Amino acid sequence: MEQAPSVDVRDFSLWYGNFQALLSVSAAFKPGIITGLIGPSGCGKTTLLRSFNRINERYGNVKTTGNITILGKNILDTDVSIASLRKRVGMVFQRPNPLPISIYENIVFGVKSHTPGRERKRSAMDQMVESALREVSLWDSVKDDLQRKATELTLEQQQKLCIARLLPLKPDIILMDEPCSALDANGIERIEELITELKSRFTIIMVTHNMAQARRASDECIFMLMGEIVEHCPTKEMFFNPKNEKTAMYIEGRYG
Amino acid sequence: MPSSHPSSNTPPAARKGWRAAVAGIADSIEKPVEVLIRVCGWSSIFLVAAIFLFVLLGAMPVLPKIEWFGEHAFFTSTEWHAKDDHNPSYGVLGMIVGNFAVAAVAMLIAIPLGLAAAVYISEFAGSTTKEWLKIGIEVLAAIPSIVWGFIAVTIIGPMLQKYTGAQWGTNLLNGGIVLGLMSIPLIVSLAEDSLRAVPDSYREAAMALGANKWEVVRRVLFPAAKTGLVASCMLGVGRAIGETMAVLLATGNKNQIPDSLLDPVTTLTAAIASEMGDAVTGSDHMASLFTIGLLLLIITCAINLTANVFIRGHKKKGAA
Repeated sequence: MEQAPSVDVRDFSLWYGNFQALLSVSAAFKPGIITGLIGPSGCGKTTLLRSFNRINERYGNVKTTGNITILGKNILDTDVSIASLRKRVGMVFQRPNPLPISIYENIVFGVKSHTPGRERKRSAMDQMVESALREVSLWDSVKDDLQRKATELTLEQQQKLCIARLLPLKPDIILMDEPCSALDANGIERIEELITELKSRFTIIMVTHNMAQARRASDECIFMLMGEIVEHCPTKEMFFNPKNEKTAMYIEGRYG
Repeated sequence: MPSSHPSSNTPPAARKGWRAAVAGIADSIEKPVEVLIRVCGWSSIFLVAAIFLFVLLGAMPVLPKIEWFGEHAFFTSTEWHAKDDHNPSYGVLGMIVGNFAVAAVAMLIAIPLGLAAAVYISEFAGSTTKEWLKIGIEVLAAIPSIVWGFIAVTIIGPMLQKYTGAQWGTNLLNGGIVLGLMSIPLIVSLAEDSLRAVPDSYREAAMALGANKWEVVRRVLFPAAKTGLVASCMLGVGRAIGETMAVLLATGNKNQIPDSLLDPVTTLTAAIASEMGDAVTGSDHMASLFTIGLLLLIITCAINLTANVFIRGHKKKGAA
């Protein structure tokens, strides 16, 4: 049974100034699974990911054509509120980037942005912080010192916190830009476990450079090259029986 | 590389001898150079100590003659008649109050404007605008203080008289405005540096959570750059306390405790500058001016030390 895609990209092209980074890309991302974006450096996978919450546009020289429909709405329309888009589409970055404020404030940062001051309740926020930290299994190690500066945590804890701070916003989609690349082997394992636990409730789109990780953690995979999508299929199929010769060469490590 | 100097047709033995000689010289001067570098490193400490000593020695002859506390004494009186050889009086209360009052007015103007300008330049301006504004700020910082003095006397003074009905154009408010304008470039450039030093990943993290630019500034950049921002303001205060020439022209130079913003005042620095020309070398008058200088030195050192302690305390807390 086919579920309706939660992110649907149609003929999407993107230019940085005069350089075209994405060439008429089309793809549908399904809810409840992890879709991996793989491909060599410069293939446009991060650009595509960063288009889904329009954070690409902060550099000002970005031009796009085509559609990206998220939950039934083209997010490139001029009437889209960036703030509410980013509430529904959370993002985890390559290097853990907790804000240089307390753990507590990191978790409620997004909520405070989206709720006017008088509607915030201390007890509700306390509850939010606890449940978010529990979901990423960070609660037990930090519960006694929620006022500690978040940048003092270990990298693995920081990345968990970066995932936890999305949860109070109740996003539908979580974008992950190589979420494990700054971590050691143990950290990678635990973050991958966490992502797998979360996947049933979200649409997770994850850029990764690590073939083994793509194979382990993703359900579907998209292989990109030179700004185009070469292949999009279930991960097992891609790794066992790639249809495209270039996909096969990349997966075997012949380039990239 | 000195060894590349001898041409290739020099006999190998001669080249070796030349190299050995260079190596010998290098060895023999290594120690003196090391000592020289160490002296340069320590010189800042020596200089501070030497300046303190110099000012203290200059003030020494009159120190036993000054009554410090009590009625009509150094710290409690506004009567400054150091030139009077027979019945001198040394009261600097007006100067101290004037100094801090002018600096306070200046900071009320300079800190909000300076921080706002720094935020604009670092976060909102386009790259071309940013370059031009930074050049403008640097030029503003390079304007000699005497020129600010002219502006105070010929432009700000008459304007104050016209719009506030002040009796004198040169007064506390005038001094504060001029000092504020002078401190702005210093605050802007340092505050902008510390905002720019905030990693971009923080901005991106906050924006990805749905924060707008203003929230990023208020909730992320200000806390992250707090140390640098406070330091920039402290340096602004330091400049405001120590500035002389513009203040001398702008404040009206009257040793009194002001009742309002429109009263003429004087500062420690302006008092020294205005009387130095008349003071006879070796006289009590000269020594009393040195005493004011000593007081000023202590005040500015205290401000700088406070700023340092604050910055260090925060760095330690932030480190771990």
